[in-house]
Amino acid sequence: MTQPNFDSWSCPMPLRDHSAIVMGHGAGGRLSGELVEHLFVPAFAGTELAGVLQQLGDAAVLDLGGTRIAMTTDSYVVRPRFFPGGNVGDLAINGTVNDLAVSGAVPLALSVGLILEEGMPLDELGVITETMGEAARAAGVSVVTGDTKVVDAGSGDGVYINTAGVGVVRPGLLLGPQYVEPGDKILISGPIAAHGIAVLSVRDGLEFGSDIVSDTAPLNRIIREVLDAGIQVSMMRDPTRGGVAATLNEIAHASGHGIVITERAVPVADDVRAACAFLGLDPLLVANEGRVVMFVRPDDADHALQILGDDNPGAAIIGSVVADHPGVVVARTGIGGTRVVDLPLAEQLPRIC
Amino acid sequence: MKYLDEFGDADLARKLLDDIAETTTQPWALMEVCGGQTHTIIRNGIDQLLPDEVELIHGPGCPVCVTPLETIDRALAIAARPDVIFCSFGDMIRVPGSTDDLLCIKSRGGDIRIVYSPLDAVRIAQQNPEKQVVFFGVGFETTAPANAMTVKLAKQQNLANFSLLVSHVLVPPAIRAIMDSPTSRVQGFLAAGHVCTVMGLSEYEPLVEQYQVPIVATGFEPLDVLEGIRRVVTQLEAGRAELDNAYPRAVTPEGNPVAQGVVREVFETCDRSWRGIGMIPQSGWRLNADYADFDAERRFDVLDIMTTESSLCRSGEVLQGLLKPNQCAAFGKECTPRSPLGAPMVSSEGACAAYYQFRRLEVTA
Repeated sequence: MTQPNFDSWSCPMPLRDHSAIVMGHGAGGRLSGELVEHLFVPAFAGTELAGVLQQLGDAAVLDLGGTRIAMTTDSYVVRPRFFPGGNVGDLAINGTVNDLAVSGAVPLALSVGLILEEGMPLDELGVITETMGEAARAAGVSVVTGDTKVVDAGSGDGVYINTAGVGVVRPGLLLGPQYVEPGDKILISGPIAAHGIAVLSVRDGLEFGSDIVSDTAPLNRIIREVLDAGIQVSMMRDPTRGGVAATLNEIAHASGHGIVITERAVPVADDVRAACAFLGLDPLLVANEGRVVMFVRPDDADHALQILGDDNPGAAIIGSVVADHPGVVVARTGIGGTRVVDLPLAEQLPRIC
Repeated sequence: MKYLDEFGDADLARKLLDDIAETTTQPWALMEVCGGQTHTIIRNGIDQLLPDEVELIHGPGCPVCVTPLETIDRALAIAARPDVIFCSFGDMIRVPGSTDDLLCIKSRGGDIRIVYSPLDAVRIAQQNPEKQVVFFGVGFETTAPANAMTVKLAKQQNLANFSLLVSHVLVPPAIRAIMDSPTSRVQGFLAAGHVCTVMGLSEYEPLVEQYQVPIVATGFEPLDVLEGIRRVVTQLEAGRAELDNAYPRAVTPEGNPVAQGVVREVFETCDRSWRGIGMIPQSGWRLNADYADFDAERRFDVLDIMTTESSLCRSGEVLQGLLKPNQCAAFGKECTPRSPLGAPMVSSEGACAAYYQFRRLEVTA
């Protein structure tokens, strides 16, 4: 085995102003995207199925002799580990179930990899894994394999969880940005931004009193109901890191169409909106863990809203796809102006005053 | 929290806009001093909805933007020390210094913490007696009372491991500097409502009289900003120049005497450099002699760090209202939020960043 030679290695990525990883590279915004596009995709090129990676979907869809399998993986490093409405455990199950579900797959089986820090209290680990079991049972998915590693005290944050999942894609269902068309309506399955604000409300240095709980939940059942009803869906995403704004920007970019949303139509619970206001955060950029953004054909929008609304009264039609301004997301503001909804650069920073 | 929908009501906004349009008979140039108001204006598209005659010039009221480069460089030098926990408001940590920002220092192992309340930094100092804890105390009069409280508490509690890196700036001297500038086009001001909440209104009387310019204390929600604009335009059209308060639910003439008291106890007025603008006499606060022991610049001996700004960046003209952000040659090219040349591109309250986030269509179209 040859020794790594860092002298001859040149970074293919134009790291214009960072020579090392910064937190923003993991925040799901522009920095994350650049890392994937310039470093990871080229590094993994040149194999039979490498083209699948370039699609950069929530899950990869592989055609195995006529059966399409969706496969995905995600790692969960939330701090604090426990937050109002959940913990890192149910997040790790629901997040991977949702990545499969928005790819049009019925989630079947998950793997669980645990990286534990020396000194992590066993009772806390017990609560987290029991929560994972409950979440898996609730979502109707089986944990079938796993792995455990322990790192030195100080080298981890108690517990990091990786889950990978596979599912079978519904026959005949074609989802993706290439199927998004001008005229498609955009729906959200419930009020946004609760998860990110719930976690912030208990984060060291930013604690504030609130009753806001995370929206973490599995989405496979509600998505199945929509698809069973024959709704013509062109694309789905669960707007996690980077929030609804990042999701809409990615789809606008990948589809080559423009997106217009009506800011007032985007559902945000009053207490979440208030917390965003005093922290100086835009709810459109805050993470969700139990919401789906759905692009559906215009004739099916009301029917889709009815099904989503039966599950969560906060569901709403928030906008539509347009032929104008390709790749750009525009919001109509509450008082009748317009603005560009940009992809966040990195994590949002609470404002000074 | 009420007010969020009520003060963004579309019908009432329409009425105010119609009123402004009916009142306006000739071109007027207004400056909103505060970056929070700039953010509201751009985020809601208020400037697009105003009559063409009413021009808004975005003032130097973003504390992140006007903090001098050398103060940022001093902050970076202090934050890089292994014995230091460096605490800051969130949006200061991405402000570029000469070579780095605080995020880069953090990625190299620096202990940088975002706090929401300055008092959290004092708590961190209590909990970490073996470390030096420094709070980056920037801002206008709004943040000064809470920043002053940190050193007052630290002194009471004999917290020898706490210090404050101070770069406070003041609104009235900035208005004076803008009005004294021979190139200034500003004919009326929206004063920053939250600064007035702390300081009251009396400091603005002499400015109104000397420069014969309307000054209206204005809030931050869309209807607040529109009402402030309406009142300034109404005065200008009537040939009046008065001090007015369009934000009475938060601003009283005398301000907050308790907050003023703690500020007077801890700070003294000093000359201050503003990034992109230069030195404005008596426009800042620094720790006074009683609290000099808590001055981080002295404690860490960084006063010899002196730096100059990028020559491409024209933030000085932007901050004086002489140039719209998208009129700068570097805007959206060499200078983006991803790699900002100047501070107004960094903070979400900065005029350049607000234009970049919400107005790129006008540039790319």
